[in-house]
Amino acid sequence: MIRHLLSGADLDAATATRILDTAAEMATVAGREVKKLPALRGRTVVNLFYEDSTRTRISFEAAAKRLSADVINFSAKGSSVAKGESLKDTALTLQAMGADAVVVRHPASGAAHRLAEWVDGSVVNAGDGTHEHPTQALLDAYTMRARLGRLAGLSVAVVGDVLHSRVARSNVLLLSTLGAKVTLVGPPTLIPVDIAGALAPGTDVCYDLDAVLPASDVVMMLRVQRERMGDSYFPSAREYARRYGLDGPRMRRLPEHAIVMHPGPMNRGMEITPEVADSPRSTIVEQVANGVSVRMAVLYLLLGGNNA
Amino acid sequence: MACPPAAQSPTARQPSVKVILASADVQRVVDRIAHQILEKTQGAADTVLLGIPTRGAPLARRLAARISTFEDVTVPVGVLDITLYRDDLRRQATRAVGPTQLPPGGIDGKRVILVDDVLFSGRTVRAALDALNDVGRPASVQLAVLVDRGHRELPIRADYVGKNIPTALAESVKVTLAETDGTDGVKLYGGTSS
Repeated sequence: MIRHLLSGADLDAATATRILDTAAEMATVAGREVKKLPALRGRTVVNLFYEDSTRTRISFEAAAKRLSADVINFSAKGSSVAKGESLKDTALTLQAMGADAVVVRHPASGAAHRLAEWVDGSVVNAGDGTHEHPTQALLDAYTMRARLGRLAGLSVAVVGDVLHSRVARSNVLLLSTLGAKVTLVGPPTLIPVDIAGALAPGTDVCYDLDAVLPASDVVMMLRVQRERMGDSYFPSAREYARRYGLDGPRMRRLPEHAIVMHPGPMNRGMEITPEVADSPRSTIVEQVANGVSVRMAVLYLLLGGNNA
Repeated sequence: MACPPAAQSPTARQPSVKVILASADVQRVVDRIAHQILEKTQGAADTVLLGIPTRGAPLARRLAARISTFEDVTVPVGVLDITLYRDDLRRQATRAVGPTQLPPGGIDGKRVILVDDVLFSGRTVRAALDALNDVGRPASVQLAVLVDRGHRELPIRADYVGKNIPTALAESVKVTLAETDGTDGVKLYGGTSS
């Protein structure tokens, strides 16, 4: 079993499937009166968040608590300390406190990898810069499998700001490992040259959303980050919404069984219209619920045994 | 609870293997336990059988099938996975979690009979009692095992025992069932004595 979860590429097909299977068992706990398992009693999980986050932090906190681990939340918002050094000092502090696992979100790509070199415990990457967010990819894969029954052979369109999206990167890596075919869709300015080949051969790039829709089993919309809107990656928000936003007519061009996903938070009216976001095809709320189960599975598989 | 793996080395002295129950004997023993359950529970009313994986699950299904043959009552059957409740989780590599399936009627207020293949240290049963505590509140809990081999480490006893086997600690008991292993049988593997 792996010690850290830093990248979607850390997982081979067997390990990823094992996490998804374990998550399915963890999900049954949510339906019980006592939503708690004793598996991680006496273990300490630190949530180290250098960036704002609602669902990911709460999701990890709920997951750790349901497994009876002790949770320490560390929010570094507003910290003015120099990045590299502060992260290392913080890591050594956590080490001294005896953290068994550190869940880290950091604005710098690669922060989780560095952290993993400094601490003895397990490190879970909860988003590092524009790099990776592997537990999001796992919960997306879990949601697809739960809705569509399989992952192998699925056509998944990932639409939007691929350039800045850690969700897209982790999803491409994990979904290719699990046998799905990913197509990256977006304006050329937001899709790095040769990203498909660099991440996973077999991944396609297409700049025309309408051409991709009829053959997609899953459409995953990425958030257009507000701070990017002024950066002239595209002429205007309205033009982006016209060409790459998922609205009702576009949704109806999808196959009957296809689902619409979004990692959240959404910009309603920008990349996704309320009609689509609230439709039965949308899995957005399910994704949040599945996030807790998947993170329970990850924490259990990292900390449950003696594999430290 | 499964037993410790038999230390078998091809070069060492052949470990002795003793057949405790042959295939037909296993069926007879299951029949007897089914009768005992019916007798002790006044016809298995308000009773739920919960098998502890791996081999407790098919045993529970067999008991339910025999009970319905003998008395024409349907006893709900479920599976109780105890992996996350084990006290030795941290001593081994991470174990795979199996499914827990409770019967549709649940277990609240019922008489729950836990079913396992071998009763040894009692730690599996302790874990099962903890797991049970989290999934409901049965009126009472009983324990049925195919084999009791002794060497308890906890104050736990079985209500229904298929066969008591006096063993040495170094020996190991292996139960096989058609559903999981192809054939029914109970064998005793000797330690190092030849």
